[in-house]
Amino acid sequence: MSEYIEPDRDGISVGQVEKKIHTFAEPPLEIVLESGARLGPITVAYETMGAINADKSNVILIAHALSGDSHVAGYYSEDDPKPGWWDTMVGPGKGIDTNKYFVICSNVLGGCMGTTGPSSENPATGRPYGLAFPVVTIGDIVKVQKELLDHLGIAKLLAVVGGSIGGMQVIEWAISYPEMVASAILLATTTRHSALAISFNEIGRQAIMSDPNFNKGDYYSGAKPDIGLALARMVGHVTYLSDEAMRDKFGRRLQDRDNLSFDFDANFQVESYLRYQGSKFVERFDANSFLYITKAADYFDVGRQHGHDSEVEAFANIKAKILTISFTSDWLYPTYQSRDMVKAMKKNGLDVSFCEIEATCGHDAFLLPNERQSTMINRFLKRVSEEETNAL
Amino acid sequence: MRYDLQIIASWIEPDSRVLDLGCGEGELLSFLKKEKRVSGTGIESSEAKVTKCIENGVQVLQGDITEEVHDYPDNAFDYVILSQTLQQVLEPDLLIKELLRVGKKIIVSFPNFSYWSIRLQILFFGYAPKNRQLPYEWYNTPNIRIITIKDFRRFVKETGCKVIREVDINTHSDNLQGNIINFLPNLRATYGIFMVSRRNNGES
Repeated sequence: MSEYIEPDRDGISVGQVEKKIHTFAEPPLEIVLESGARLGPITVAYETMGAINADKSNVILIAHALSGDSHVAGYYSEDDPKPGWWDTMVGPGKGIDTNKYFVICSNVLGGCMGTTGPSSENPATGRPYGLAFPVVTIGDIVKVQKELLDHLGIAKLLAVVGGSIGGMQVIEWAISYPEMVASAILLATTTRHSALAISFNEIGRQAIMSDPNFNKGDYYSGAKPDIGLALARMVGHVTYLSDEAMRDKFGRRLQDRDNLSFDFDANFQVESYLRYQGSKFVERFDANSFLYITKAADYFDVGRQHGHDSEVEAFANIKAKILTISFTSDWLYPTYQSRDMVKAMKKNGLDVSFCEIEATCGHDAFLLPNERQSTMINRFLKRVSEEETNAL
Repeated sequence: MRYDLQIIASWIEPDSRVLDLGCGEGELLSFLKKEKRVSGTGIESSEAKVTKCIENGVQVLQGDITEEVHDYPDNAFDYVILSQTLQQVLEPDLLIKELLRVGKKIIVSFPNFSYWSIRLQILFFGYAPKNRQLPYEWYNTPNIRIITIKDFRRFVKETGCKVIREVDINTHSDNLQGNIINFLPNLRATYGIFMVSRRNNGES
């Protein structure tokens, strides 16, 4: 996912939010990961918005994608220039209405924005984990979110919402904790990466690992593999856009010049834009986290992990009502993948709705302001909320 | 609600499972959910209409009815509704067979092409008929199948199914109101509405 963080056009915002942490799994009570490795202690960084109601029936968990974090909406301080990454969707009266719902978003395991990851201190050495950090899966990421909810005393989620790798976590939630999840909103996501998606992730990882500063992941005390990470980001960024979006946004326009320079400077606007995106990304993201999170996404395979290679079997115990949205120009997680997922859900008789939104902006469409997406999510949540209340 | 949908709604038993093919903005399903506690799902190809369904609290899948219907298990629904769409389907026989697999009963409504004014248009003017129900020219009509009430009765018989109910109607006021035609329906009705099941009624 890319960054489109701009203040809300109408100035509507959930206001000030605070990043909190919760630490658990202190040795010897480490959690056992899907790989069999043990990990602890684990710190989770999370933020909450809105107010929880008396019977705790209005809780929505948002799962972020590759480069997101717990800061989904609002501002950290009064002079904070930028809101959270999904401020257009989450806030008072918005698609996910913080006047009605209590929203939680936490940074993923393996991340670098406050939750334990490769840049955290390894208790065995007193130094950052680096590549000694165990490979984690989407299942492990969700397990840590579950620990957080247990800590907060939340036993039922009105909805779990996420796009892209966030959507994978939503699927994992609906499968692993069927009794806890009343509804699942899946945006621009898939039950498993295509070879194409794995390829782009692998190119990004190779760019990082071949950076001279990478030093087998042990770079925290010196120069960082910034060039590799920036390259990985540039490749990734292209996959989040579309031919049409790039044609509209850049075409073949030149950057700050009228003629070609006949050297390897950034002549085209698109080159300059990608370089800028790359350089900005390295300021806030850890290269090792990029390796770990993309690996978790590549490993994710619902059928293999939950259904003896059958997605129909994997979905058999889901109780959540499901809303799936895909976007026409998304070539990273194309519509056919959403349709396949919906097919397996139909075979299980699940309550599933699916809409393919016409959009030119590629995979990133789910992050951009989109009236249709916001309205559908808003009304779907309203429906689920009413049906949950009536079922009591 | 459209008059044919009012009749269809009156045929649905409370608490049943309904699949509505070409559900539009989910008007019928929304009504059935509220009035008869039906658990329903719709299939609709238009993104705008799908959005409306979801906004109306109706479960819906965006897609082509002839493709989407295959994924459901046998007898997944008590009723499958195909209202005013049969005449637009490329392979109606295969579709109906498939509908009878996923639904215990199917309800089909279609414009009756042997309505007297249509007959007269061909007889006296020699042009492909046009009227309020069939407002298209021959070259842009989505209605590629010419069906009459008698055709459909014969079709059901030949496919080894049975008609459980039949109501033939004549509608007016933008299809919102109408009346039931009992006398010479093939000549006097603008629409036929049929409830059909397999011979064994799908209960086995």
